[in-house]
Amino acid sequence: MTNSRQLQPGALSMSNKSSFDSYRRRFLGGVASTVAGMGVAPGVVLHSVGHAKPAGDAVTGDVRWGMLIDTNKCAAGCDDCVKACDDEHGLTGFDRPETDAQWIRKVTLKDKQTGHTQTLPLLCQHCEKPPCVDVCPTGASFRREDGIVLVDKHICIGCRYCMMACPYKARSFVHETLQDQKPFAPRGKGTVESCTFCVHRVDNDRTPACVEACTAENHNAMVFGDMNDPDSELSRQLKKYNSRQIRADLELNTGVRYRGI
Amino acid sequence: MKQDDFREIEGGRPFYLLLGFIGLFVLAGLGAAWYMEHHGHWVTGMSNQIIWGTPHVFAVFLIVAASGALNVASISSVFGKTPYKPLARLSGLLAITLLVGGLAILVLDLGRPDRLIVAMTYYNFKSIFAWNIFLYIGFMGVVAIYLWMMMERKMNRFTKSAGFVAFIWRLILTTGTGSIFGFLVARQAYDSALLAPMFIIMSFSFGLAIFILVLMASYKWSNRPLGDVILFRLKNLLGVFIGAVLYFVVVYHLTNLYITEQHGVERFILLEGGVYTRLFWVVQILLGSLLPLALLYNPSTGKSRGWIGIASLLVIVGGLAQMYVIIIGGQAYPLELFPGKEVTSSFFDGGINAYAPSLPEITLGVGGVALALAATLVGVRVLRFLPVSLADDQIDQSGEVA
Repeated sequence: MTNSRQLQPGALSMSNKSSFDSYRRRFLGGVASTVAGMGVAPGVVLHSVGHAKPAGDAVTGDVRWGMLIDTNKCAAGCDDCVKACDDEHGLTGFDRPETDAQWIRKVTLKDKQTGHTQTLPLLCQHCEKPPCVDVCPTGASFRREDGIVLVDKHICIGCRYCMMACPYKARSFVHETLQDQKPFAPRGKGTVESCTFCVHRVDNDRTPACVEACTAENHNAMVFGDMNDPDSELSRQLKKYNSRQIRADLELNTGVRYRGI
Repeated sequence: MKQDDFREIEGGRPFYLLLGFIGLFVLAGLGAAWYMEHHGHWVTGMSNQIIWGTPHVFAVFLIVAASGALNVASISSVFGKTPYKPLARLSGLLAITLLVGGLAILVLDLGRPDRLIVAMTYYNFKSIFAWNIFLYIGFMGVVAIYLWMMMERKMNRFTKSAGFVAFIWRLILTTGTGSIFGFLVARQAYDSALLAPMFIIMSFSFGLAIFILVLMASYKWSNRPLGDVILFRLKNLLGVFIGAVLYFVVVYHLTNLYITEQHGVERFILLEGGVYTRLFWVVQILLGSLLPLALLYNPSTGKSRGWIGIASLLVIVGGLAQMYVIIIGGQAYPLELFPGKEVTSSFFDGGINAYAPSLPEITLGVGGVALALAATLVGVRVLRFLPVSLADDQIDQSGEVA
């Protein structure tokens, strides 16, 4: 506003040329610093999000968080994992199933040939080579060193290309204004979101809410842990039992594995 | 053809009336975008199942047509066909304006269009989308320089070089647009290298159809002569392009029909897809390809301006239908996560995804088309894009190779 005050009538006359030049220099300088600021500021935010773990406890590739889901133990009609996720992250819907977000869902499978029926929870598979990260134009979709795939809500532009690319339909677009959000699960209209593996819990040595709920019901169909640690319960079970990746043909090396499918 | 042979179109009342009329659609499009952003996308037909809707049909159509509209200029500058030279400027102008219209739709449909600056400052170079941002902006710059070389006498000697760069750029650009879908390994209808060249040939056809209509309209309304020689050349070329698109469509479906795992999606599009099947067979194939081919090559209708115009319009309608089938039909068919299983869930897994275009989406799409037309109209008013005459005796066929 200070600059604009100098643009009085006559400001462009020859006698005022030097003051106009100085105005122009200041104006261009202001524009340049604003543009530079806009470029840098989101980077600062991104940096802080990318290192969300407490200081001195940096995210490293030494850990690969993963999950094993035993479909034989997954009870038909039970959706405790889904409810726990919704509660944990404040995923209240608008009773509009086509546009309401779902980070984890129960899927029922019936074999076309034999009629055998089973159910399983489907969530972000936290791929080692995630197609959503590949296609994201701004880098908002990213994979932490420890294998957790997240969306940086600050630089997501809402193009939804990640949703087109995800083979698991794991992502939701926020279709309307949200209220009463959880501080550790920021969500925003016009951006894309998905299962975070409860990164806020995992970073504090807790298990994801869905796993906790499944265990609390004594179903024990979900095991969470470090795939890189041979002594973890997850690694032990993965080694002992045959497990499968959904759409293993894509060779994405998913962090979520299934038994019994 | 000399510089003096080009003139701006007349201003005055009819010009402003037409511009105002088109401007109303632009305003309506902006209003629709504001409504969608204000309320969120739930007010549209789009959902977590149909992620890209009608705005993308219009946007991708315009972006594809934009690169195709440049063909007429390329034929003149790169391939040395002198009869097309007078048309090269309009061809370049349409390439830019159609792209602007398409990009405007794409940006206004973003969940966060206010973050355009983020899209301009953060890049993930593994994303074909990120590459496309460079390709689109670069294309406008390259074509603008190309136009400058054509329109500034001192620069004319660089026309061929600039035209060559623009031609290569447009091929890469449409490869990028087709690859947005071609690179999507997750979905049955996409995940094909064929989509990139198919989009290129589609661009030839859609771009030329728009070019012919704009040319005929602007010469009729500005009372300038447009001879049969140039128009018949263009319509014959359009026929070749329509045939080429058909060829790619046939090869795409034949390949899928040979691959057992693709039978589901083919059965959906070709037989049981309801609106998508009807759009494919009736609008894309019959009305948008076979009928215009017949009209353009029939000895009597092929010499009628009215029928040439109708054939061009049909190509555009067919092209929009083709985009609708590719973009929305491709998403309506469910992801194949568990082969051999019937899949159900509260998130619509395993079923055909429902979608109906909403008024705001259509208004935004039409608004983008209107923006392209308005920009073209202003362009031919303020700069010398159009030759005073395209009568037969003005067309230089001397440089033709027999």
